[in-house]
Amino acid sequence: METKKPMTAKSTEEREEVTILFAGDSGDGIQLTGNQFTNTTALHGNDISTFPNFPAEIRAPQGTLAGVSGFQLHFGGVPIYTPGDSCDVLVVMNAAALKANLPKLKQRGTIIANRSGFDKKSLKLAGYPDDAAPLKAESLTSRYRLFEMDVTRMTRETLADSGMGTKERDRSKNMFVLGFIYWMYSRNLDFTIKFLEEKFARKPAIVAANVKVLKAGYHFGETSETFTTRYEVKAAPMPEGVYRNVMGNQATAMGLIAAAKKANLKLFYGSYPITPASDILHTLSKHKNFGVRTFQAEDEIAAVCSAIGASFGGALGATASSGPGIALKAEAIGLATILELPLLIVNVQRGGPSTGLPTKTEQADLFQAMYGRNGEAPLPVVAARSPYDAFEAVFEAARISIEHMIPVFFMSDGYIANGAEPWQFPKAADLPAIQTHFATPGARENPYLPYQRDERLVREWAIPGMENLQHRIGGLEKEDLTGNVSYDPENHEKMVRIREEKVERIAHFIPDLEIDNGPEEGDVLVLGWGSTYGAIKTAVVQLLEENKGVAHAHLRYLNPFPKNLEQVMRRYKTVLIPEMNRGQLLPILRGKYLIDAKGLNKVKGVPFTAAEIKAEVKRLIAS
Amino acid sequence: MEKTVKRTGKNYASDQDIRWCPGCGDYSILKQTQSVMAEIGLKKEEVVFVSGIGCSSRFPYYMDTYGIHSIHGRAPAVASGLKATRPELSVWLITGDGDALSIGGNHFAHLLRRNFDLNVLLFNNEIYGLTKGQYSPTSPINKITKSSPVGSLDHPFNPLAFAMGAEATFVARAMDRDPKHLREILLRTHQHKGTSLLEIYQNCPVFNDHAFEAFTEKTSKQNSTIFVQHGKPLTFGANQEKGIRLDGLRPQAVDLSADYTISDLWIHDETDRTKADLLVRMFDDPRSEGALPRPFGVLYAGERSTYEVEMNAQIERAIALEGEGDLDALFAGKSTWKIG
Repeated sequence: METKKPMTAKSTEEREEVTILFAGDSGDGIQLTGNQFTNTTALHGNDISTFPNFPAEIRAPQGTLAGVSGFQLHFGGVPIYTPGDSCDVLVVMNAAALKANLPKLKQRGTIIANRSGFDKKSLKLAGYPDDAAPLKAESLTSRYRLFEMDVTRMTRETLADSGMGTKERDRSKNMFVLGFIYWMYSRNLDFTIKFLEEKFARKPAIVAANVKVLKAGYHFGETSETFTTRYEVKAAPMPEGVYRNVMGNQATAMGLIAAAKKANLKLFYGSYPITPASDILHTLSKHKNFGVRTFQAEDEIAAVCSAIGASFGGALGATASSGPGIALKAEAIGLATILELPLLIVNVQRGGPSTGLPTKTEQADLFQAMYGRNGEAPLPVVAARSPYDAFEAVFEAARISIEHMIPVFFMSDGYIANGAEPWQFPKAADLPAIQTHFATPGARENPYLPYQRDERLVREWAIPGMENLQHRIGGLEKEDLTGNVSYDPENHEKMVRIREEKVERIAHFIPDLEIDNGPEEGDVLVLGWGSTYGAIKTAVVQLLEENKGVAHAHLRYLNPFPKNLEQVMRRYKTVLIPEMNRGQLLPILRGKYLIDAKGLNKVKGVPFTAAEIKAEVKRLIAS
Repeated sequence: MEKTVKRTGKNYASDQDIRWCPGCGDYSILKQTQSVMAEIGLKKEEVVFVSGIGCSSRFPYYMDTYGIHSIHGRAPAVASGLKATRPELSVWLITGDGDALSIGGNHFAHLLRRNFDLNVLLFNNEIYGLTKGQYSPTSPINKITKSSPVGSLDHPFNPLAFAMGAEATFVARAMDRDPKHLREILLRTHQHKGTSLLEIYQNCPVFNDHAFEAFTEKTSKQNSTIFVQHGKPLTFGANQEKGIRLDGLRPQAVDLSADYTISDLWIHDETDRTKADLLVRMFDDPRSEGALPRPFGVLYAGERSTYEVEMNAQIERAIALEGEGDLDALFAGKSTWKIG
């Protein structure tokens, strides 16, 4: 793009990694700003990890603490695993955003504040006392570097002759901030300009206004004498290849499409809108040219039941929800368990119990996945560890479901779902084929036995339309082999044990647990599952630099566990299991292996910081 | 199947022992359904019976077709997913008054409005049979049952009015005790493109015997029922000497002997939605003074495109517009960058 000549001498400093937190009112366009910076930065070649943090209400009371929306992103020229424990730069659009997020700013960190968001009314809404002037407070100015700029006024002035009203003009203020930050980190405006042109293709006036403000923000950085330094964060040394930026829910949707395609099955996705899982439905519904059938059902129960109906008919039935919705689906998941049909159940976990914290993250539904059905009804459970990993993990979950004729839980969470990171996406041809287990129709001498099994205890998939294989299945206990209704006591116990053993035997068809990082034996093994990956990874990398005897392993398969799990755990003096719950994997492992593992638990609706994990490992080593 | 094999109803029976109580109205419905299957000549492997929970929901086990006995109230959802992915199958949904209108009321309503091309046989016995005799959502008010020893308080559902309210495209009524009529209406139910709802009055001899006596017994049937036929006037009585005329929007029973002739009567037009709304509302307690007769037959048969047709059309349009989905293009998304 064309830029004016700088009026003042500007220097450029290099930074290895930076964490920026954009914060403002939920109507300020913070998420869009964050996403734009993320995509531009990814294209720049940085490694990146993001954490959007927004209120459950779409329009929470304006200007209040409850209405603060945040988007944290951590990018660097070094490998990045988390959105950052604390931030280097805090961008605040109003007083409430400052009040809510100041504790997350590092000492000597930079605050960029929108001055007009600190007027009397804004201060009052944020709950500051009448005479407060937080930006002038010594406690703030002595600890942080503060840059005030009147974003609202400058945006209005930029659009003075646009013919737009004040309210309309104010909508572009996030573009001013974005332009400014682009300047600060030496980024290119092209991605965002292209984005605006596509998004508002039919409203050229809106495109023009936003681009104008974006550029004004950029030029302000260049010309304003307040800012003398801009920063350069070099591209990260990532493996060679082609990358894209991906969010967890997108990766999950793509993994489902890929699995269906690799199994040569139709994908049927029954779903009811729920935070934070809805984006999977949104994404899938855009890809009808893959033959994806999305069905927005009347409720969670219908969502899963329609998926079961589709699976009965020979499609890959999938459903997704979050904890409260999974609770509603429980009876139907039990039905799928006894029917022994493929079915994928995605749980994008959020804070609970009940409605809990819809937009916050937690890992407290592991017990629900493991045990949340009536009767003895064990099912495989597979968990993703990061946004891009959701692709491979859900593909694996689908593979197990289809190849073993069994419903499978796929665990994601709000942090994975809405977080983004670069993804070196695979070539479709390199993905493994998924083997379906269809029956062979046609003439036969004896009646068809729908519950006859192979050595893996897997039954055949005989679907309507297959001649001479007509059979009836249902939720009543079935007789071994025939599938006919049976109340026989011996048969019931036999079937319960078969269904259990069938899950156990999947352990022969999943990879062993590998040490992600660190020595093969030592003082402490930090064993995680799900979205704690990044924080544990960062902590262990740092601890290893400090020569601590610590290693990291991460479980993708939670039921059944990898065959070598016990053996791996026993090679360390202590096993530490950090979880965003009150301890769920922990008692399962303690109970199963009689191993004295320790827990590190957090239920605040926000992920672990690397520092928290590091401190606990150090404490364990010292004790 | 190239060659046509002559089949009888028995060909559609499975090898399982039927476990309904002796004298249950379900037997008659099973028999007529099997017979209709044979008459239509459906291939056994292309028929699927989907049911919920309750006495009637055991039905699939007795058919030598594909079948799924699902969970309470959820058969509509199971059938929807099946039909969405396998539109070529002949899908029959078996449900009861409790299954469809109580625990599954939500799914039932949504099934009807979506209009998948499938057949719903609602066995209405006005009682919970499998749980041994509690009042159901169609039991009359003040019904004495195990769970309502001094009478139930719930105002009953009018299932066909419910269906019209839910934008059903085919609404019909029959009874177990009139197999000939039942068979005829089952055929119509099958023929309709869209969700066909057939409510069947079904006697439960154990927990609710005589519930439909007024409609089924010879003595009372003539005056308490009216068998509607498309294009024909609404007449009833032992010698069809009575009829229904419309007084504005109010149906009125009249004698054809004195003041009214057949040309004054309401001519049944099953495609007329407004009149169907009135017809399903003819729901008087047959024992009440001046009760209008209860209509049986096809009360409404409208036309609306089916869900699965529209769903597949969207997919075909997407393929025509964007080409068959390409995984590599999907993974790459809109913007990528290269390292190295």
